[in-house]
Amino acid sequence: MNLTIREALLAFRRAPLLSALSVTTIAFSLFVLGLFGLVAVNFQRALNEIAQRVEIVAYLLPGTPGETVTLALKDIEAFPEVQAANYVSEDSALARAKRELVEFRDQYRELENNPLPASIEVKLKPSFRDAAHVNVVADRLRGFGFVDDVHFGRDWVEKLDRLRQLAAAVGIVVGGAFAAVAIIIIGTTIRMAVLQRSREIAIMRLVGATDGFIRRPFLLQGTIKGLLGGLVAMGFSFGAYYLINRFLIQATFFTEVQALAIVGFGALIGLMGSLLSVGRHLKRV
Amino acid sequence: MIKFTNVFKAFPKGGLALKDVSFHIAKGEFAFLTGHSGAGKSTVLKLVFAEERPTSGEVRVSGFNVSDLPTRAIPMLRRRLGIVFQDFRLLEDRMAAENVAFALEVTGARRATIPARVMRVLTQVGLAAKAQAYPRELSGGEQQRVAIARALVNEPTVLLADEPTGNLDERATRGVFQLLRDINASGTAVVMATHDLDLVRQAPYRVIELQEGAVVFDSAVDEPRGQAAPTT
Repeated sequence: MNLTIREALLAFRRAPLLSALSVTTIAFSLFVLGLFGLVAVNFQRALNEIAQRVEIVAYLLPGTPGETVTLALKDIEAFPEVQAANYVSEDSALARAKRELVEFRDQYRELENNPLPASIEVKLKPSFRDAAHVNVVADRLRGFGFVDDVHFGRDWVEKLDRLRQLAAAVGIVVGGAFAAVAIIIIGTTIRMAVLQRSREIAIMRLVGATDGFIRRPFLLQGTIKGLLGGLVAMGFSFGAYYLINRFLIQATFFTEVQALAIVGFGALIGLMGSLLSVGRHLKRV
Repeated sequence: MIKFTNVFKAFPKGGLALKDVSFHIAKGEFAFLTGHSGAGKSTVLKLVFAEERPTSGEVRVSGFNVSDLPTRAIPMLRRRLGIVFQDFRLLEDRMAAENVAFALEVTGARRATIPARVMRVLTQVGLAAKAQAYPRELSGGEQQRVAIARALVNEPTVLLADEPTGNLDERATRGVFQLLRDINASGTAVVMATHDLDLVRQAPYRVIELQEGAVVFDSAVDEPRGQAAPTT
């Protein structure tokens, strides 16, 4: 193992320019990936904020007894999709309307009877805030005898869904493309390293080194390059975030776990690139 | 130790590199492989260290059957052999001692034992004083001694030498040949491919002569008690 590490590091000393070049190219492709990730993270955050408002309101028939409502609330809260269910009585509905819809305050004051129905407001758990689940829960609410009508913003829940799917699709395509580019680049640098050391490899074979032994330093070397590239890319991403946050719009950066995942992804594609390249080229040496 | 039985080897593009080659080299023996270039000497050696596989026939080398040896097992075979070439095949960016140590490192020898083992073989080949020299600072004969030291450091049972004196002047040739004889005297079998007939005549060793891929003379068979006297 000691020798593996020494040989892998020796490659950086023997071909500093080539190593720096490959780390830089990996860093840039991961940087693009990181920038895209930043956009995705912030977009996702915005979407989640919107999704938090996904709420289903079940309007109740007038005169529904309190105990029925209490029992129903328990039932509804037991739905696997449901995070919370709140009862809003006629009076509190009116009070809220007066508070929130200031421009109609005068009209409310003139009312003799409260026209607003009581309702149950249902909030879904984060992973269920999409059109399919909203519809299921709404249908189930309609099944209660005392429920007059069920409302939710069907249109924009569906739009939200489409937006999310689009973001995920673009993310997978762009992310995949840049990961592929990084793997090809690393594969090429490993290929050059293998060719550069073909004489040494031939001698290793001659004295009885196993293929695994010959391969290991190259794999480690690729992984280190990917790791360094990932770290540099993370540095660049942070710089970009800092500038955007300062001069353009307020944004969030990756969480520590996400940042580590990107650097780890760099190491992983380094390993993949060298795995794909080294076996193929060792055979030709 | 090394046993060829009816070995045929076809060239990839057609034609035969070896035709029905059979011989047996015993433990501790010294054997010359002679013949013109292209006669098949190198092919025989490549079959011994499993660089090539026989097209038909059987090649056995110290317990390994090269004919159907799994690729994974080739390194194990090579650890029992020492191999020396005409062009030395040293790593230019490493000192003599490092070149020798390399053979131990890549076969997973215990690190602590490496320096002592390296110095012992460098002493054996008479190069202890030049352990710190780079190949470019050494003469051809000295470089070949480093290569021999590298071949010996894993304590092989057979030393294969493919034209080991081909690039050397007469004096270096004599020195290297004497070294190979000393190595053989200490119990290691030596198979030396050469077309230097003067060298062959100097010593009473077995001679296997190849011509167009076939064994045309084997002193062990053709003149069991006599001295080597190849006709070409």
